[in-house]
Amino acid sequence: MNPVNYLFLSALLFTIGAAGVLIRRNAIVVFMCVELMLNACNLAFVTFSRMHGNLDGQIIAFFTMVVAAAEVVVGLAIIVTVYRSRHSASVDDASLMKL
Amino acid sequence: MNALAAYQTSSGEAAQFWVLAIFAVAGALGTVLMRRSVHSALCLAGTMVILAVFYLANGAYFLGVVQIVVYTGAVMMLFLFVLMLVGITATDSLKETIKGQRWWAAACGIGFGILLMAGIGNAGLKDFNGLAAANKPGNVHGLAELIFTKYVFAFELTGALLITAAVAGMVLTHKEKTEKPLSQREQAANRVKEGTHVPPLPAPGVYARHNAVDIAGLLPDGSTSDLTVIKTLRDRGQIRDVSQEAVNDLAALENRTSAYQGRTTLPGQAQQDHQRAAAEGADKAETEKEVTK
Repeated sequence: MNPVNYLFLSALLFTIGAAGVLIRRNAIVVFMCVELMLNACNLAFVTFSRMHGNLDGQIIAFFTMVVAAAEVVVGLAIIVTVYRSRHSASVDDASLMKL
Repeated sequence: MNALAAYQTSSGEAAQFWVLAIFAVAGALGTVLMRRSVHSALCLAGTMVILAVFYLANGAYFLGVVQIVVYTGAVMMLFLFVLMLVGITATDSLKETIKGQRWWAAACGIGFGILLMAGIGNAGLKDFNGLAAANKPGNVHGLAELIFTKYVFAFELTGALLITAAVAGMVLTHKEKTEKPLSQREQAANRVKEGTHVPPLPAPGVYARHNAVDIAGLLPDGSTSDLTVIKTLRDRGQIRDVSQEAVNDLAALENRTSAYQGRTTLPGQAQQDHQRAAAEGADKAETEKEVTK
């Protein structure tokens, strides 16, 4: 098997995640789809690292994980705050600034 | 053969890839398509575990373990925690606010996927060196060497980011109380001042038959009193009404007796009487509800 297949899988997962962000309207599920996209990117980084025979790709994937963990904390805190004030986690309901 | 081997992985890894890739894609599709958000979260956790296996297969031993510990351990638990907080029964509404949004999104996704895959397919990815040389002193050793030399500034920035995120999490979820909550004594004084429900609220349940907290107590006329059930159950609509049970049992008994004795006229009349009584009871309960409001 050619290791390029890992890249194809990563592209597929990223696409599914992106479609999920567009389709779903529950803020938490949208967030999960973002996580899926980040994970797909990490798989691509790890595969590239193996292809080129150095560890820089793994370092980038490591930093992506750290940023994703920080992002989850802040994002979920925002969702909880929005839910507290509006009693809904749907992204459609947070439309106060819409004309 | 040797040149070919440099481009190929072992057949064992190929088998692992094809089996697990199917489950990974199925999990990703489940994340997007499941209506219940808890099911989405579980599908995503499965996909992340499979990705961890792929990291291990690709020679990223440290990242494989970190993926399991941080993603499926911490991040997904955080997601489930917030799901429980926000309401586990909440499902996505299927009503489209923008017409045809779902189909446009799916079309955009498919187009994007084709574009991405065509790009990868046409890229000249000929070199495949493997990590044998880079992983020689150990994967963790190699990563640490890079993190603390070449990427040390990024690593320090990461520390600042994590502290900021921790503070942001605390600030955002902190709930500011604008006024002091009423103490029990003040609440009692308020009740006396307003003259409503000065004695304790009536207890739930029907004595000698049902004493569960979700069963409304009966008033002297046989109708139920919602005041006897705590507010949480009332708001959820989880009040069980057993006030008609005894009446129905009696009617059934009368029916059976009359069928045994061969009478036909009386039980109908009796049932009508019961129904009228029940209707009056319901009216009574309605008026009482309005009073409580």
